Parts: sequence; C-alpha cells; structure tokens
Amino acid sequence: MNILSKVNPVIVIGSGPAGYTAALYTARAQLAPICFEGSVTAGGALMNTTEVENYPGFKDGIMGPNLMEEMRAQAERFGTKFITDDIVKMDLTSEIKTVVDGAGNEYRAKAVILATGSGYKKLNVEKEDLLSGRGVSYCATCDGFFFKEQVIAVVGGGDSAMEEATFLTRFASKVYVIHRRDQLRASKIMQQRAFDDPKIEFIFNSEVVSILGDEKVSGARIRNTQTNEERDLALTGLFVAIGHDPRSELVKGQVDLDENGYIVTKPDTSLTNLTGVFACGDVVDHVYRQAITAAGSGCKAALDAERWLASQGIFSAEGN
Amino acid sequence: MATVTLTDANFDSEIKGSNLPILVDFWAEWCGPCKMVSPILEQIAEENSGKIVIAKLNVDENPRTAQALGITSIPTMNVYQGGQLAKTIVGAKPKAALLADLANFL
Repeated sequence: MNILSKVNPVIVIGSGPAGYTAALYTARAQLAPICFEGSVTAGGALMNTTEVENYPGFKDGIMGPNLMEEMRAQAERFGTKFITDDIVKMDLTSEIKTVVDGAGNEYRAKAVILATGSGYKKLNVEKEDLLSGRGVSYCATCDGFFFKEQVIAVVGGGDSAMEEATFLTRFASKVYVIHRRDQLRASKIMQQRAFDDPKIEFIFNSEVVSILGDEKVSGARIRNTQTNEERDLALTGLFVAIGHDPRSELVKGQVDLDENGYIVTKPDTSLTNLTGVFACGDVVDHVYRQAITAAGSGCKAALDAERWLASQGIFSAEGN
Repeated sequence: MATVTLTDANFDSEIKGSNLPILVDFWAEWCGPCKMVSPILEQIAEENSGKIVIAKLNVDENPRTAQALGITSIPTMNVYQGGQLAKTIVGAKPKAALLADLANFL
C-alpha cells in the first residue's frame, strides 16, 4: 500500500451537490481539500437526470450533468484536488483519519466530510437481477432509447418516477406508472405533467410482486394493495424508481447511523458522533433530498469543518 | 486509444475473427454511466494488451447489432471467446469489480 504521509486538513468523500459544495467552501477557506468523487459515480445522482428546473439561478433550467460539471469546475477553480476514485476503506475514529482509495493509496486528514449520497433501491422481487439489462432498468436517460414504440412501466410515485415516465414517452408507445399508494409523492407540477400526458396511464394502489419473462421481460405481475387481487401486465420494459438507500455501508460501526442507514448528525449541524467527521447530502437527509438542500448541507459541513479545524489551530493548508 | 471500434458492418467478423477474448462495450453519448466506465476500460485495455481486446460499439450509430443481441441497458459489456458470448456485465462498475468479473479472461 502506498501511504501518502502528508496529513491534509480536510478530505471530502462524494461528489454530488453536497460534496462539490463542501469542496468549494473548504477550497475557498484555503484548506486545499481533496475530493474523492467516485470512479463511476462522479457527479452523483444528477448525472442521470435530464432537465433540472428547480435549482435557483437557472431560470430556463439546466441539464443535470451540466449543473454538476459547473459545480465541479467552480470547486476546482479554488484549488480542490479531485481524485476520480472510490474510497474503499476508512478509519475515522482516530485523531488522524485515514482513507484508502480503489488504487490502494492511503490518505490522511484531520477532518473528513462524508457526502456519499445514496444508491437506487431495488424492488427485491423474483428475477429482478436476472432480467436487469434484459428489460429491467434503473436509468431512464440511459435506456429509454431501447424501448421505441413499446409498452413499458415505471414503478414509483416520486419526482424521479414522474420525470422518468415523462421522459420515456419520447420513446415508448405507452408508459404505465405503478404506485403502491393512492396518491403520488411527486411535486404538483411533475404530477400534472404526467397526468396530462396521453401516453401515461396510472395504476394506483398496486405493487409489483414478480417480473415475468425468461430471456427478457415480458410483463409484470402486480397486486392491488387494497383487494390483494393479482393481474399480469404485458410489458417489455420495467423502470424502477422507488427511491434510494443511503450509501453508508463503509462507515457502519464507526459513525452512528439511524435504523434506515442514514448518518445521524447533531440537530441543525453536520456534526456526526465522531470528532472531526461531518456529513451532508443524501446520506444524511431522508426528508428533503433536493439538489439545493444537498448543496446547502454541503456548505454547512464545510463551515462546520472549517470552524472545528480553526479550534484545533488549523487555519489553512499552509505549513501542513 | 487502446480500444477497437466496432460497427454494425464489422461486428460479426471481428467477434468471430478474434483470437483473444473480446469485450464489447455497448454505449451511447447520452449515457452518463457509459462515460464513467469508458476511461476504466481504456486502462484495462492498456494494462492487458495481448490478453483481451476491448472494443466499443455505439448503439445510437449501430442500432442493428444492439437490437439483435437484445440489449436494453447501457453500458452492457459482453465478453466473447471463440466467437461465443462468454459473459455479460451490465452497468458501470469500479475497476476492481470489473477486473474481478474479467478474471477468467485475463
């Protein structure tokens, strides 16, 4: 293992709006942050979205990947060092924290900001893994193209599900939205857009119990949650958008997590149970989960880290 | 570029004619995860030349092959050996995970 002896003031792990904002603020505080942005997840969840209409400052909207590119460039401009790799191991309990990246390099820091985000939730039904890439998909922007003039379904009732369903009507002849409740969680404007779309048909109070097909998806068996009645829906594609799980596996046992795996922070702060370890973004937030709230919490984590480092006599990266 | 570009026109002949295992990365410009995994595949190609050929096929420009193979998610990485499909990897993965998936071919 290649141990890099220098102790950095701060390391940021993660690169969505939270990670990039934490990097921007700590860079401007002259703390020379190193940001591990992930080998295949750099830019975070917004990299797989289309138009972002609710990020303030862009009156005509901005494409998710473009927004993230801008945020990254802004953080880089002030001296963030980006490493496009994953962190595979962390020891956050000692005074000097150590993290190891996928290439086997070990980095050390006084403060660590965790912004590891969340990963998509699977349905956890029969044949889901087997038929992944054979009609089951978790990325509408990637895979919509393959379903031209076909009948497909989106599972979920939040903003992501509405965005995916609306996007997929560009390709598909019909898009079912299967949701287990009788009301959507999505914002009103996204709901309305989906309701107004003649290609979208809603199936409420229903959940997918199994995916049908051997070589490829041929349908889904759905159950009405009120009547328990089951029926089969003929489909060639099933897009899963039922939410996310926090990516906190790596810090489990070191950092306090709640029963759903979210990192617990002290109220109104980004402080975790460990001194010098801060958390922000979707790995903390199971309530708001917006690009702007993630960016805001990344800012808070950076300011908390900066103040804590100052209390330890560290005011900049100089002399470290 | 350590990778080979495949098209609808040369896919079959390249797969059949390859003496080495050949990984074909099915990708498109609009696919974020494809862009992430691309440099990792370049690295794997460079570090394993003589053991495996890494090829790329743009599904937007070459829809016939992707359709014939029933590909519905990208990135999909198919490994062919002796002209036969030997492994399918769906989705972008970190280098270590890809190398583990490809261990039998390297």
